[in-house]
Amino acid sequence: MGKTTAEKIFDAHLVNEPFPGTKVLRLDAVLCHEITTPIAIDDLIRRGKDRVFDPSKIKAVIDHVTPSKDTKTATQAKILRDWARRHDIKDFFDIGANGVCHALFPERGFIRPGYTVIMGDSHTCTHGAFGAFAAGIGTTDLEVGILKGVCAFRQPKTIKFNVNGALPKGVYAKDVILHIIGRIGVNGATDRVMEFHGSTIDGMTMESRMTLCNMAIEAGGTSGICQPDMTTVDYLWPFIQGEFASKEAALADYSQWRADADAEYDQTIEIDVTVMEPTITFGYKPDQVKTVSELAGTRLDQIYIGSCTNGRLEDLRIAAQILKGRKLAPNVRGILSPATPAIFKDATKEGLIDIFMEAGFCVTNPTCGACLGMSNGVLAEGEVCASTTNRNFMGRMGKGGMVHLMSPATAAASAIEGMIADPRKYL
Amino acid sequence: MKAFGGPVLFLDRSDINTDEIIPAKYLTEITKEDLKPYILEDLKLPGFDPNGPKTKSARVIVSRANFGCGSSREHAPWVFEVNGITAVIAESFARIFRQNMFNCGMAAIELPKADLDLIFSHANNENATMNIDIEAGTLTMNGGDKQKTFSFEISPFDKALVLAGGWVDYADLKY
Ligand code: SF4
Repeated sequence: MGKTTAEKIFDAHLVNEPFPGTKVLRLDAVLCHEITTPIAIDDLIRRGKDRVFDPSKIKAVIDHVTPSKDTKTATQAKILRDWARRHDIKDFFDIGANGVCHALFPERGFIRPGYTVIMGDSHTCTHGAFGAFAAGIGTTDLEVGILKGVCAFRQPKTIKFNVNGALPKGVYAKDVILHIIGRIGVNGATDRVMEFHGSTIDGMTMESRMTLCNMAIEAGGTSGICQPDMTTVDYLWPFIQGEFASKEAALADYSQWRADADAEYDQTIEIDVTVMEPTITFGYKPDQVKTVSELAGTRLDQIYIGSCTNGRLEDLRIAAQILKGRKLAPNVRGILSPATPAIFKDATKEGLIDIFMEAGFCVTNPTCGACLGMSNGVLAEGEVCASTTNRNFMGRMGKGGMVHLMSPATAAASAIEGMIADPRKYL
Repeated sequence: MKAFGGPVLFLDRSDINTDEIIPAKYLTEITKEDLKPYILEDLKLPGFDPNGPKTKSARVIVSRANFGCGSSREHAPWVFEVNGITAVIAESFARIFRQNMFNCGMAAIELPKADLDLIFSHANNENATMNIDIEAGTLTMNGGDKQKTFSFEISPFDKALVLAGGWVDYADLKY
């Protein structure tokens, strides 16, 4: 019997099975940010175990609130910074070099096919875009990961998504994943890996695959996983060219992580993207979705473009293409947070930042900021935000605020009209 | 080991997320104790008051499907812990929340919907309490003069974590 990608990764990383059904895995990367890590650090110190298993496998960033907004967030940043220095963690990203974790770490080539990756952050599933098993965990699991380089998991079952067809105009990876979550529900993939296959995924950039995998957790999924292919190799090439004689050799090696044709799945779901429209959430759960035609005209106060879901260069390009030569409607304010400094720089070079500013957007430094309602664009009670982020929970971007999740294209069209609007007429 | 049981707080809704259990703005608190006043602050449910006496006295939460979905924040189990709530009973849990509970030595127990319906029938009883025996895998619901026992299963690993009081010392010893 063949294996799924997650099964292959589990087998290759198995340390032991202390109890039936529980597998302890060796970790290739432990990622850290300043919200969930400081408490783990404090606890390790308190237990007299202030050690790290391997500083080269730990990557850390200050991204959620940066630059710090008050004493408390400054203290969190300081605890992480001091710890990274103390343990000689070289891949530590502070102000000036920092950006949203799930955009920054892949951009630096830290994630490879076949890797096991954990982070004290639910959107760690993003990194499965590289054909890795990447899972969000809590602070205690993070603590053990830092100390021992292992993590315990129940072997997840896998749902196979065959996603086929050419994306219609105005439909992007974000629309596809919102559609999928709407179809299977917010716990449709709990304790499951969402393995994506099909011609649509094959045609996607790594950025789009990250957008897709990013929201696996919104369906309860442990990890999203795409199959490593030449697109994966091309993206990683600057980082791996010393390791392989050619791209073909890299592809041959990475292909070992592709699911076998006769792998067994918990469920197989066929997705035809050709019938999709731009898709948007309307309630307080990410599975409450409608098409743009159904929601056009909905009142808005703020437009937010950024986050680990849709703050990458291709997202900024699409939004800028629509915003070019146009202005924000007077009733809304716009905020753009490029997800990393490299994205910010490239967007500046390409003239995208100019387009956003001409349109009336405020451009912030790379940070999570408003995505989780901590800084840089928190909503007032009763306000409504069109957002390219991943969570529309009540109060997520500010107490009493409401969030409509959508693609950067739909957000840009909505910015122009000051209400939810169809991006297709601007493309 | 910890005693599990006591007065029950009924939260009759599916998909209660960790933002509702502890909003992100409190993630800057440095100690678990500091989280205490903010338990379930953003949860909107008819008849539920996060600051009410029922929340204060509760030792067990009973809820519906997909409890603890959303953010991975372990602040959610912690805010329960510092308020004296060490067990959550639900039809199902989000994976990260469930593991966080066990990693902290607390219990996240799944029961079938039919059992939960019976337990929820006590929701209007002011004095509803529950006793949970992790080793035996049973929980007993007491509602006034009525009493009913249900059995549940947790994985051997999760049971070991509860009995060991958490994952850090266990892992440091074994790995
Ligand atoms: S951008 Fe939002 S969802 Fe992504 S890591 Fe930051 S807070 Fe979490």
